[in-house]
Amino acid sequence: MDSTPVIALVDVRKIYPLLSGDVHALDGVSLRIEKGEFVAIMGPSGSGKSTLMNQIGCLDVPTSGTVRIEGQDIGLLSDFDLTALRRDSIGYIFQKFNLIPLLTAYENVEYPLVLKDRTYDTSGRVQALLDSVGIDAALAAHRPAELSGGQQQRVAVARALVNEPAILLCDEPTGNLDSKTSTQIMEMLARLNREGRTVIMVTHDESTAKYADRTIRIQDGRIA
Amino acid sequence: MKKPDIIFQLSVRSVRLNLLRSVLAALGIVIGVVAIASIGMISANMTLSVTEELSATANILVVTADSGGGGGEPGPGSGGSSSDDDEDYLTSDQFDDIRKAAGSSFVYYLYSESDRIETGDSSGHATIYAMEDEAMTEILTLTEGSFPSTTSQVVIGPDLVERYGIEVGSKVSIGDEDDDEGETTVRVTGILEERGMSMDINSDSAIITTEKFFTGRYDGEDEYSQVNVVVDDIDEIDTVKESIEDSLNKKENEVKVEDSSRMLDSISSTLGTITSFALAIAGISLLVAAVSIFNVMMMSVTERIREIGILRSIGTQKNEILRMFVYEAAIIGVVGAGIGAILSLIIGYVVVFGMVGTTEYFFAWDSIINVPEGMIIGAVICVVSGVYPAWRASKLDPIDALRAE
Ligand SMILES: Nc1ncnc2c1ncn2[C@@H]1O[C@H](COP(=O)(O)OP(=O)(O)OP(=O)(O)O)[C@@H](O)[C@H]1O
Ligand SMILES: [Mg+2]
Repeated sequence: MDSTPVIALVDVRKIYPLLSGDVHALDGVSLRIEKGEFVAIMGPSGSGKSTLMNQIGCLDVPTSGTVRIEGQDIGLLSDFDLTALRRDSIGYIFQKFNLIPLLTAYENVEYPLVLKDRTYDTSGRVQALLDSVGIDAALAAHRPAELSGGQQQRVAVARALVNEPAILLCDEPTGNLDSKTSTQIMEMLARLNREGRTVIMVTHDESTAKYADRTIRIQDGRIA
Repeated sequence: MKKPDIIFQLSVRSVRLNLLRSVLAALGIVIGVVAIASIGMISANMTLSVTEELSATANILVVTADSGGGGGEPGPGSGGSSSDDDEDYLTSDQFDDIRKAAGSSFVYYLYSESDRIETGDSSGHATIYAMEDEAMTEILTLTEGSFPSTTSQVVIGPDLVERYGIEVGSKVSIGDEDDDEGETTVRVTGILEERGMSMDINSDSAIITTEKFFTGRYDGEDEYSQVNVVVDDIDEIDTVKESIEDSLNKKENEVKVEDSSRMLDSISSTLGTITSFALAIAGISLLVAAVSIFNVMMMSVTERIREIGILRSIGTQKNEILRMFVYEAAIIGVVGAGIGAILSLIIGYVVVFGMVGTTEYFFAWDSIINVPEGMIIGAVICVVSGVYPAWRASKLDPIDALRAE
């Protein structure tokens, strides 16, 4: 394929210098992920999966090596530009949902949109997204603390999608959910992938990984 | 539908969620603003009322012997018979010179002494003044009775009336039996109108006698304590002053000529010192407020580390995090300062009435400006105290912050 991959990592290393000795959380990872792929990342605890996701998600920059998102080397970007990239090009779904406790479900979804556009949405797009993940207007008026885990994760999915990101990053999205709710969330991610979105997901669960086109296995900071 | 800045909304939510904590922090600012504004208003009202009182005598020059230049030579009559008599005084020659130099101004001389007085069963000290009959009727105004026509008659100031319960017809004894001058009893024939503070003559708590009585009792004829010059036109005051100085201080400095501006300056500077001191104390209350805001903001940042991590990870800029916390401090500051302003109007009004005795200058610009000034100082202090915690919040690493529990 000639087109630039959505994500390209070349020999990425992440070293945490600790008094007890350096921790090589990522030890020379190279990978390409094409637009529209659904990739699962698996590996034992402490193998470096979250660290890898943080590099891809522009929350962190590698100690060495290059990370390109849509062709752009993130090592060359300022904090301001990285933040803008996170806001506009990446949607995050976390294991712990990570909704903003001060805002209602609706406002949580609206927030990244307002940050980006500097104006409030009047097209009904926010509620339409919430409807598509099964949160009606009445439920959307609740604060995260008043929602179940499954409901919170649906809101988080809607929030991740609101700025039409190129990439959807999910770090154990079903880790805190029961199996029925997990299936619903996975169906949702599969549907989003079918609609053309690139999805990268960390999981411990083989049954969850089977939704993905491809599985990357990590061991001790390297691709196994 | 126009909704406010989303960052600002987050700040408002945070203040509302921690309402008690925010209110307690704002309380410090309220107290600080009330203290600053009230003290400023008291000072302004005092200055304004003193200025007003003094400006009534702004056209008056007071001429006294210049102690440095050795005014009148001790005349044979003064002979040091009384302990107060070795003061410098002006002579009748000098008085004539002043009168000539002052042109059309009304010029009169004043004798003055301090002496013991006794009436009924109470006694105390008072200033005893004497002047020409002509000057008395020109300068002083009676609210009751008439000016003295014999040496045993006097008029008295309203403060003495109040203090000793004297009325027209009362007898007052001047002096002490054991003294050289002995004790003389006089009769009050009139009560003076209140003049307030002034530099030329403080008649409110004085006894005004005839010239004959005064020189008879204290000797020192033609040895005047001071000469007052009432200038017709206030714009001429400097000219007259110079003319007197030129004419009398030719060879050596015989006299000192003062106008009310000097007295005003010295009162203002005294008031200024007292005000600065009081403001310094009020400043401490603002310092305490600043510390409490700082504390509350640090708590808010610490409590919300995880939330900051979420906000940063989904694309909130550092400067937006900074703004969020500065807004939070500003909301507390503005609300606190607003309440402080309202309270300082109420408290200030009461305190100014109590301490200055009048609220007629309360809404004057110099007085009322202290309220917005106090408000701005309070609000600015709040924002400044919030800057460091906000900066700390904005510097947090998103990954570390997300990991926090
Ligand atoms: N901030 C940090 N400072 C020091 N070491 C770190 C830091 N973050 C991660 N590590 C180390 O890097 C390694 C990889 O961590 P990472 O969180 O990526 O693992 P993971 O694969 O996501 O594990 P899990 O499945 O438990 O989430 C671990 O050994 C971890 O201790
Ligand atoms: Mg992990």
